[in-house]
Amino acid sequence: MHIITAKNIYKSFDNTEVLKGISIEVNKGQVLAIIGPSGSGKSTFLRCINQLETIDSGEITVCGETLAKNNDEGKAVYADKNSCVKIGLHIGLVFQDYNLFPHFSVLQNITEAPIRVLKQSKAEAEKRARELLDKMGLSDKANAYPCQLSGGQQQRVSIARALAMNPEILFFDEPTSALDPELTGEILKVIRSLADEHWTMVVVTHEMKFARDVADHVVFMDNGTIIEQGNPQEIFENTQNERTKAFLARFNEE
Amino acid sequence: MNYQVLLSQMLEATLMSLRIFFVTIIFSLPLALLVAKGRMSKIKIIKLPVSLYILLMRGTPLMLQLLFFFYALKPIFGIQLERVMAAEIAFILNYAAYFAEIFRGGIESIPSGQYEAAKVLGFTHRQTFFRIILPQVIKHIIPPMGNEFITLVKDTSLAQVIGIAELLKVTSNWVSSSVNMTPLVIAGVFYLIMNGVVTRCFTVAENKLSYYR
Repeated sequence: MHIITAKNIYKSFDNTEVLKGISIEVNKGQVLAIIGPSGSGKSTFLRCINQLETIDSGEITVCGETLAKNNDEGKAVYADKNSCVKIGLHIGLVFQDYNLFPHFSVLQNITEAPIRVLKQSKAEAEKRARELLDKMGLSDKANAYPCQLSGGQQQRVSIARALAMNPEILFFDEPTSALDPELTGEILKVIRSLADEHWTMVVVTHEMKFARDVADHVVFMDNGTIIEQGNPQEIFENTQNERTKAFLARFNEE
Repeated sequence: MNYQVLLSQMLEATLMSLRIFFVTIIFSLPLALLVAKGRMSKIKIIKLPVSLYILLMRGTPLMLQLLFFFYALKPIFGIQLERVMAAEIAFILNYAAYFAEIFRGGIESIPSGQYEAAKVLGFTHRQTFFRIILPQVIKHIIPPMGNEFITLVKDTSLAQVIGIAELLKVTSNWVSSSVNMTPLVIAGVFYLIMNGVVTRCFTVAENKLSYYR
């Protein structure tokens, strides 16, 4: 079953076209890694599916519900507001710079949305939050504030915050780009454990080794288009594409 | 000079100053939030009048505005406001313009990531503003708000131009009739006490919110 289907997504900022006909399918339980140079449109694509940006044309379906599709003139038309919100809740997003709410404690960061949006009881939300914190190895930080945590800890809280909404799919937008190598390892370990639990995930990343080891489908984007996609072996070892080769060569040198 | 009469009159006048202070704060803060929202609106027919209002209020003397609301409404609109009411309206409208600009600065200083995180988690606009954004804005704007509150305590003395017996008016009446400077010193102490309390309140609020960055 497709959790996400995106067809022919086009997106421009002012007069610069950043997405030039991107099509992707994500199946249940799949871990999809999107790699590519900076400015290739990876993050923008993720943000379009998450409704943080609107697309100009194309079709997006999430869990069988249509978020946007083209009208007769080939311009994308979105579903009504309530449907958009409902569809958005299927997707959890982990940001590059965490975006925790600084005035809330760790626990409240995680429980606020389940209580206010999903209308869970406080007790229920806190129970779930503590389970998630436990899983993230942060059980002792429930009452701490984000500013008291390291970057890696903050990012784990933000993963817990996303998981607390019980999404169908988790998106990670360069989740380790703000972290040093040690903390990066910490976060990658968490994502890996989520993959072991068969969470459906889309990860935009610059960690090639991680993409190769954890993803079961890799998409290489450059300049607003998908250059190549396939399983990690096809992309990382047997690629015939010159552009992919050139991009990966730089990482292999390291 | 009868100090008992002096002090009781000065205290009574202080109550008038305090009344103007509190009425201004209570009404101008919520109004300022609306004005700030209007000022940040992308819709021109909202943004332009609001900007003009802010320009008028900040660009003309408060004393002129006091005179306007007491004397000029009658010939223009046929409305005669009672003195204290005219003063309160002038103060509320004037201070709302300053507060609005402080709110706007605070709101615009919140990183867009906060809105994005709230949106992705499914919060409504209202929840996002009141639960996520406003508490952070309040922390950011405490220092400039403290300035405005202190200025307002002293600005209440302007109400005397439309004949309101506030603290400084009563004081200067005593000074001119008795040729004795003591009332001025007492008034100074009264203002200092009021602003001491204001300052203390802001320090407490600042400390209370210092648990996060």
